[in-house]
Amino acid sequence: MSAVHAPAAPATGWKSWITTTDHKRIGMLYFFTAFGFFLIGGIEALMIRLQLAQPDGRLVSADTYNQLFTMHGTTMVFLALMPLSAAFFNYIIPLQIGARDVAFPRLNAFSYWVFLLGGLFINASWFAGPLFHAGHLNVAPNGGWFGYANLTERQYSPGPNIDFWLLGLQVLGIASLAAGFNFIVTILNMRAPGMRMMRLPVFSWMTLVTQFLVITAFPVITVALVLLMFDRFFGTHFYLPAAGGDPLLWQHLFWLFGHPEVYILILPAMGIISEVLPTFARKPLFGYTVVVYSGVLIGFMGWGVWSHHMFSVGLGPIADSVFSGTTMLIAVPTGVKIFNWIATLWGGQIRGTTALHFAVGFIAMFVIGGLSGVMHASPPADLQQTDTYFVVAHIHYVLFGGTILGLFAGTYYWWPKMTGRLLSETLGKWHFWLIIIGMNLAFFPMHFIGLLGMPRRIYTYSRDLGPGIATLNLVSTVGAFLIAVALLVFIWNLWRTRTHGQPAGDDPWGGATLEWTIPSPPPPYNFDFIPTVVSRLPRWSTTQMRAIPEGSPEESLPHVPSGSIWPLVTALGLPVLACAPLTHTLWLAFVGAGLLFFGIYRWAFEPFEV
Amino acid sequence: MTHAAAEHHTSMGVPSRKMAFWAFIGSECLLFGSLISTYLVYKGRSVVGPYPHEILNIPLTSFSTFDLLMSSLMMVLALAAVQRGDMKWGKIWLLSTALLGIVFLGMQTYEFTSFVREGLTLQTNLFGATFFVLTGTHGAHVTVGVIWLLTLFFRALQGKLGPEHALTVEISGLYWHFVDVVWIVIFTVVYLIQ
Amino acid sequence: MRRTSYLLTVLLLAATACGGHFPQTTLQPKADFGFAIQGLFGDIFWWAVVVFTVVETLLVVTLIRFRARPGGPTPKPLHGHTVLEIAWTLAPALILVFIAVPTVRTIFSTEAPAPAGALKVSVIGHQWWWEYRYPDLGITTANELHLPVGQPVDLTLTTADVIHSFWDPAMGGKRDLIPTHENHLVFRPESTGTFLGQCAEFCGASHANMRLRVMVQGDSAWKAWVADQQALPAPVKKGSLEEQGAQAFQRYGCTGCHTMGDMAHGIVGPNLTHVASRTTIVGGTVVNDSAGLARWIGDPPGTKPGSLMPNMHVPPADIAALVAFLRSMK
Repeated sequence: MSAVHAPAAPATGWKSWITTTDHKRIGMLYFFTAFGFFLIGGIEALMIRLQLAQPDGRLVSADTYNQLFTMHGTTMVFLALMPLSAAFFNYIIPLQIGARDVAFPRLNAFSYWVFLLGGLFINASWFAGPLFHAGHLNVAPNGGWFGYANLTERQYSPGPNIDFWLLGLQVLGIASLAAGFNFIVTILNMRAPGMRMMRLPVFSWMTLVTQFLVITAFPVITVALVLLMFDRFFGTHFYLPAAGGDPLLWQHLFWLFGHPEVYILILPAMGIISEVLPTFARKPLFGYTVVVYSGVLIGFMGWGVWSHHMFSVGLGPIADSVFSGTTMLIAVPTGVKIFNWIATLWGGQIRGTTALHFAVGFIAMFVIGGLSGVMHASPPADLQQTDTYFVVAHIHYVLFGGTILGLFAGTYYWWPKMTGRLLSETLGKWHFWLIIIGMNLAFFPMHFIGLLGMPRRIYTYSRDLGPGIATLNLVSTVGAFLIAVALLVFIWNLWRTRTHGQPAGDDPWGGATLEWTIPSPPPPYNFDFIPTVVSRLPRWSTTQMRAIPEGSPEESLPHVPSGSIWPLVTALGLPVLACAPLTHTLWLAFVGAGLLFFGIYRWAFEPFEV
Repeated sequence: MTHAAAEHHTSMGVPSRKMAFWAFIGSECLLFGSLISTYLVYKGRSVVGPYPHEILNIPLTSFSTFDLLMSSLMMVLALAAVQRGDMKWGKIWLLSTALLGIVFLGMQTYEFTSFVREGLTLQTNLFGATFFVLTGTHGAHVTVGVIWLLTLFFRALQGKLGPEHALTVEISGLYWHFVDVVWIVIFTVVYLIQ
Repeated sequence: MRRTSYLLTVLLLAATACGGHFPQTTLQPKADFGFAIQGLFGDIFWWAVVVFTVVETLLVVTLIRFRARPGGPTPKPLHGHTVLEIAWTLAPALILVFIAVPTVRTIFSTEAPAPAGALKVSVIGHQWWWEYRYPDLGITTANELHLPVGQPVDLTLTTADVIHSFWDPAMGGKRDLIPTHENHLVFRPESTGTFLGQCAEFCGASHANMRLRVMVQGDSAWKAWVADQQALPAPVKKGSLEEQGAQAFQRYGCTGCHTMGDMAHGIVGPNLTHVASRTTIVGGTVVNDSAGLARWIGDPPGTKPGSLMPNMHVPPADIAALVAFLRSMK
């Protein structure tokens, strides 16, 4: 099965990385960059937990604390969880659908560079104080990750903090949108022959639904942010009461984005679980069709629940009842998936690899998060829970216990494919147990802390709330540090694997899908020849294996594009453009726009063969 | 897979760039939808004037609407010409589309400046804020379209645009028609239904 | 319902393994609103326990029973089962109906307009303190909301600046205070006592310090409080430290922001006419005694980050006078 001409080995050196358009390299860039931001968000969490370990905490000032929780939320949602999922979209989707790359490789690179630059832009605020004569170092966003108006208006937030936030998020939104268009076309249009939609791996399906949510939800938050930007910079009154504006407009626009956003955060992890469980149970996913349709249904229904974030706003009994109903309804397809996953394991021969541990952990933790979600779905009950530590417990069970555990499952599952080496199972088990004990210590007490009366987003709490609250907070802090230890184990595992990792071979797990039919790591062109797919489980299907012909590849030399600098150049235009309003410097806008137009022009007319 | 995009195998039989563009248009619908919704939510809630009925000029805007509609017709003709390889008429219709677009922008500029003179700015009231952001965003989209069309026109002048680039012209046409449709909605919602 | 709260509280106490006093708990309601919520929450909670037990047990059993064993049979590739799919779609849906019906009923009963004869109180949120006005009684006070037991109350919620949220867990759920909107919270306190609460919507630097107390009083105590609040405090004795304090109050410009009897009519800060009748100051975070007052006057931004009240660098002698004056304003 050798090519007529052996393609050149992948280029090395930093120049090859900044011009890369290879989805596999971009996937690795996303992984490490996002993981770095995840650690930053984690440090922010540890500082929060240290402050709250005892009542009347004095570790950080009130303003710094408010910056910490704002940046923790913003970082985790936009700079960690979404891009970690993107790392797997990038690396794995083309392999699963039998393609050589994504539909628009340069656009793919562009998405990554914009993400990196946007993340750096918003985090620069930690040190940018002197630039704004702030009197102290950190001017990070401090209005909460949800930035409710009218607190975020110039009058009540006079510094550059909110400016960093609203400009940074607009930049990051462009990265997500570009990736959204790219993956929709990739999944719909670049499947190998015979890869019908109902033969697509579930991870690819969930990615598709996620990207549709991205391209429809991000424009809404873009508008919300643009209106806030106009209020803060150009004197409009979109959210200002004095001229008839309504702060609730912000909440509606934000949550119309914000609820689909949480499905953007969870569906990819659900897709990962749907791949990992069958592999290690050695039987196909139970109810594939139902799981796929449930995911699609969740995508649609996710648009109808947004005001369940606004039950304390006083929308009235009819609105409250309607949104309560739609919110409860969406629990049904979610529950259906959980039962199908358990049924996948039932009757199997379950191998307890680390990836499987994390997948099972996902199910166990997500059930808890889902149940607290159902409690929130009842407005009267929610009125005691919302804006307290109860909801903080809920979100961390679904996002940490759900998304993050799912992403770790994906990491242990696909790392061998991406690097050619297996991660250590021993270290992996340590990682798993430390993190699951840590997360339950950190977040389970929060259910009680909230019901016992502690609101969220407070930089300290009183001894008056009772010694039990202080004790539970301390337990939670210990749990957070246990999570940190688990992450150190994971980092050690990643590092050690570079030199001591067992070689993986094409298919270390006995997987069913196309990515396991090619070498680990794959060559730049992925497949020697594109297979014709005849089954949903090509690697397990005897008919499929026979369909892959022996002999020479269909074409003489799979072409690999040589890369391009223009995605990076174009991407640079965006943070430069964002710096203009931030620093009230008009000429920067021209430089930024100029870079943008120049980059786009050269990109458009560059000869680039896919 | 190698060589020009047009030769790529596609699972759905639609060129990838065209599919991506339709996804983009879908996304833009949500963008303009949010802006139009904001306009509607704040309709009638301005605390001070000028109010829409005092200041909007329906006859003038009807003409600019007609202008944009005609530009879409030019665009259809431009694409047809390029597809059949008639680059002489391709250039003419491309330039005409862009020129009508510039006329539209000129009329928008005239409208904006006269509003400011009559006391309606972004900061004056909710009508000013929502109106200028909505129509301004639309105008920015038209501007991008005009630049795009003129770029294609100049490449055609250099002999670098031909029937093999019909997909590119088609996509620019999709964008242009979308921008036109958005204007029809804005015209209806803002000007006609008061 | 009360058994549920008792059971839950016992569980929680067991969990924390220390003392039982949780002054801001949602689990020991003291008003009809709180009881309605607790009943509903109890129902939902037990359904959640059932689902949790079933699903997690199923998961654990599956993992144990179907662990890979060397030489084990190749698993049968079961792709699906329509009846099962229908069953585990309908069963959760049914449980949700059992939750939805009481939910909607409780929504309508707790969001109903106030009954006739309800005590009207206007709650105005400020960064970072609570203003209470009793329009029918001519009373204006701050942070500590006095209410008569057994009488329905209709709180009208508005804000002077940003979004806040009024939350006294013992009374019931929270409701936001939103610019340009007027929200209502209707409930009937059923026990006397002091019940802690605090702002539950992030509102800036000192959101954590915007605390409140609801003081539910028996009939005679309530009437006495009303009478005290309606009367003007006794005038200060000539030549006393209190009189010096009253002069300092004017000299330092306190009158610009505070209302004080007939002497001052500022509206930026809390009404201080009967400040000495309150148990706490500074948004409920500082005990209202000489030391607390001195600490606050001495350094407001240091006591409450972001405070609008500036540090006037008042020398100790003047602080003592001001404190004496304020302590006399019962």
